[in-house]
Amino acid sequence: MGEAIVITSGKGGVGKTTTSANIGTSLALLGKRVCMIDTDIGLRNLDVVMGLENRIIYDLVDVAHGRCKLHQALIKDKRFECLYLLPAAQTKDKHDVEPEQMKKIVQELKQDYDYVIIDCPAGIEQGYKNAVAGADKSIVVTNPETSSVRDADRIIGLLEQEDIEPPKLIVNRVKAHMMENGDSLDVDEIVSILAIELIGVVVDDENVIRASNRGEPIALNPDTKASIAYRNIARRILGESVPLMSLQQDKGLLKKMKSFFGMR
Amino acid sequence: MAQKQKQNTPHFVTIKGTKEGLILHLDDKCSFDQLLSELEAKLIRTPADDTTSETQKLSVNVKVGKRYLSDNQKDILRKLVYQKKHLLVDEIDSEVITKEKADELLRETEITSVSRIIRSGQVLKVQGDLLLIGDVNPGGCVMATGNIFVMGALKGMAHAGHSGRKDAVVTASLMNPTMVRIADKYVQVDKDNPTIDIIGECAFFDEGSMSVKFDRIHILHQIRPSLNRL
Ligand SMILES: Nc1ncnc2c1ncn2[C@@H]1O[C@H](COP(=O)(O)OP(=O)(O)O)[C@@H](O)[C@H]1O
Ligand SMILES: [Mg+2]
Repeated sequence: MGEAIVITSGKGGVGKTTTSANIGTSLALLGKRVCMIDTDIGLRNLDVVMGLENRIIYDLVDVAHGRCKLHQALIKDKRFECLYLLPAAQTKDKHDVEPEQMKKIVQELKQDYDYVIIDCPAGIEQGYKNAVAGADKSIVVTNPETSSVRDADRIIGLLEQEDIEPPKLIVNRVKAHMMENGDSLDVDEIVSILAIELIGVVVDDENVIRASNRGEPIALNPDTKASIAYRNIARRILGESVPLMSLQQDKGLLKKMKSFFGMR
Repeated sequence: MAQKQKQNTPHFVTIKGTKEGLILHLDDKCSFDQLLSELEAKLIRTPADDTTSETQKLSVNVKVGKRYLSDNQKDILRKLVYQKKHLLVDEIDSEVITKEKADELLRETEITSVSRIIRSGQVLKVQGDLLLIGDVNPGGCVMATGNIFVMGALKGMAHAGHSGRKDAVVTASLMNPTMVRIADKYVQVDKDNPTIDIIGECAFFDEGSMSVKFDRIHILHQIRPSLNRL
């Protein structure tokens, strides 16, 4: 029996879909059986980031309404035998799926997969409720910006009311030079406000965008810091204790990173 | 007993003039109807009562001993006293309260302790005092009818005395709020507004300046001695 992890943030555009694709890919790299679910009905794009958009026949709403069997809607990844995607519907409305139906689908997937990664839409309404319905665990993604942290805090408050484990935190799109100059919130500050466990810090890197545009998640390419960060997050999900920022060459930041590590 | 009442005029109602003004004592053992009928009989209207102008109207305090009066009964009493004697009832003073009211008063003096973070969008509201063992994050809000003591950092908003108690205070180990309200007064903390500077760990309503002020925590024992319940 696998476990279901929802990737959420409150605010849009902070990197939920990118994170879902890369955690899914990294877990597959580590030999785990993984199924990703895109719950952003009407605005699906996990399929695009994975480079699978041309293979969609059925979607989440079709499964929820019994128009097809669950396995018929699953799309196998191009690169990994053990990685699948259940795509969102593009033309339908988020109200076309109910939390109860989501629970059932996730439950069924957990029988066959080690990890079910659920990509959550922005907001705190129906789409969020659907995404969280079947989850056992959650990861909150934030950027080092006040508004993003505020929304993450709001979401954490809501997640704490659910019957799931305390959420873990990913700070995405970190720019070392801005943090050093005090132009953006630093990771310490974010962790001290949100007061949840930090599971990863991902730098802001153009290669992430480039890779997403090509439909090849950055995690496939081990030459970048962002890629290593995602792979490390996957290892932490498996329970390994991986030092947080061993990849940071930056001197000033290294010190700071050591202090986060001390916090864990 | 019944006979005695027939012989002597019953005296469930007595009126006394004191330094503080007129006091109407109402017996607390007879029935409410008996009180009313005796009031009817005893408060005799004299021509002088009708000539007193609005401004000259006398007021009276009513003491009802250990009798509990419902709001409805209080109204009846007020109306009767006014009709009969043109006396305005100032206060109806009873030595007893309902259990409900007693519980309410008790809650008002109780401290509720809560151990969690109040996050953005969350509101925590208690009756009486609040002891928060945790932070109030930006966008979060704590409210109490009494005082608010935050053991962590207050980075959101706190509203003490929210049903009107101006003597309520807010304290925080780290005072960095977006807004503090005491009863109906508030102070907004704005980075662009240099007139408000947060010093110390407490906020209170200052009668002198009629505004919410921040100060060091040790001044509380001078300005709010009631915080000492030792
Ligand atoms: N670490 C990163 N570095 C650079 N760009 C990123 C990073 N993470 C995400 N992005 C970009 O940010 C945009 C929004 O990301 P996305 O994952 O779609 O957010 P969400 O799903 O939360 O709306 C995309 O263009 C994505 O490529
Ligand atoms: Mg998305």
